[in-house]
Amino acid sequence: MPQYLALTYTPDVDWWAPEHAAELGEYRQFAARHADAIRASAVLHPTGTATVVRVEGARGGHVVTTDGPYAETKEALTGYYLIEAADLDEAVAIAAEIPAARNGAVEVRPVIVAR
Amino acid sequence: MTPVPTEHDALARTVRVEGARILATLVRTVGDVRLAEDAVQEAVVAALGAWPVTGVPPEPRAWLTVTARRKAVDILRRERVRPHKERDAALLAELEAPDVPTDDVVRDDLLRLVFTCCHPTLAPDARVALALRTLCGLSPAQVAAVTLSSEAATSKRLTRARQKIATAGIPYRVPEPHELPDRLPAVCAVVHALYTAGHAPVDGPAAFDVDVCAEALRLAELLHELLPDEPMPAGVLALLLLTEARRPARLDDRGDAVPLQAQDRGRWDAAMIARGTALLDASLCRTHGQADVYQLQAAVAAVHARAPRWAATDWPEVVRLYDLLLSVDPSDAAALARAVATAEADGAAAGLALLDDVPAGPRRDAVRAELLARQGRPADAVRALDDALAGPATDVERRHRERRRAELARDAAGVVDAGRVASG
Repeated sequence: MPQYLALTYTPDVDWWAPEHAAELGEYRQFAARHADAIRASAVLHPTGTATVVRVEGARGGHVVTTDGPYAETKEALTGYYLIEAADLDEAVAIAAEIPAARNGAVEVRPVIVAR
Repeated sequence: MTPVPTEHDALARTVRVEGARILATLVRTVGDVRLAEDAVQEAVVAALGAWPVTGVPPEPRAWLTVTARRKAVDILRRERVRPHKERDAALLAELEAPDVPTDDVVRDDLLRLVFTCCHPTLAPDARVALALRTLCGLSPAQVAAVTLSSEAATSKRLTRARQKIATAGIPYRVPEPHELPDRLPAVCAVVHALYTAGHAPVDGPAAFDVDVCAEALRLAELLHELLPDEPMPAGVLALLLLTEARRPARLDDRGDAVPLQAQDRGRWDAAMIARGTALLDASLCRTHGQADVYQLQAAVAAVHARAPRWAATDWPEVVRLYDLLLSVDPSDAAALARAVATAEADGAAAGLALLDDVPAGPRRDAVRAELLARQGRPADAVRALDDALAGPATDVERRHRERRRAELARDAAGVVDAGRVASG
């Protein structure tokens, strides 16, 4: 069965903050409703906690880490669900129920499955 | 300008139309748009080589089906590196079966292909290119000419679209009835865009080597035939028929554009108008008088079709319909058309006032010129036409504007002379 990664783009917030508890609850309800289709998922801390890693030059080169290269954008990658679905229509139907689809956007990407 | 259709063109058309029909079934069988297209393409080439010599076989579809399947088998054997060995074995067996699909099967497959090519998750320009390629059977070069794009860009767009269908898993199926409201707009938009591309290209010579309007009309007929109870395809077909009905009067004997107001309405196709009007009425019944963009545009065309002369047009009704259209789907073309209708209903000054809200462009400037001329300001009209002529236009439009400019320049000179006589 094909797999799709549903990436959620929403306002860049701290999901642990009490004011987001209700919204987080909606995500939990979504996940419970589609437990059969969801293979993995994660909620991410805000982009302010991100670290970008690059290796300069060839393999084994100097490791350079920076604070996220993020300009202040309205929406950031804040989580993902790995979904199993028969086809894109089914994946889109599930993704449309993720609260992020209302409060931001969900990007659905087909996953390369090893042959 | 339009090349005279030859026997070869008629043959090529049969091959193209039947090719698209068998493609639909082959896509379902092999589950791969590109492979099916390549196989059908090779079968089409074979037919174009053989039929002029042997004559068209009694059952062209059967001939093409069997040939395309054989070509698909050849391609599968050629591409032995393909990953799904077992599936391919089953596939080869199915392809070598002798039965030719029935009309019902072809019909369902065609509907699947329409909805796959027009899937809302494909970019709108990709949907149009894919429809021209797979549903109308145009070559990438022809698709590029119709969509005013380069052949390289078109090929890339087609490849990307097919890749997305295959890897993202866009299903090859007809949507359930409850899904149709979400899915039909994308399909109807493609059919309408095809017709518009053939009807009003932005610039360049008007003559394509394929009649894109006829192709769009064919698709609209097909969609309505496949989904007879759906109002939106009926509205699209009504709009295309009512517009196409005017085609015989749109160009004069020299191939110059004749504006609607000067068209010989006796040359309009009465049968097409009658059918378009009936379809529009029936589809409006189904939507309980709540009109979508296609029904509204068809209603405008129907008002024109009812008027025996330009001057007898129900202009307040046309203005009302364009107001509705602009509230449902604002566009520059509709705003421009509303300004024209308003000028007819309430005078040139009212039309000119509305033109200030229409974004600049050659078609707006040409309308402004006509309204200024009507106000007795030929010199201003010439300046507006100069603006119009500075922008892109079809050859036919350009000739019309140049002719009008010459006439208005003469009028302007006359006004100056008269002024001199009066003051001297």
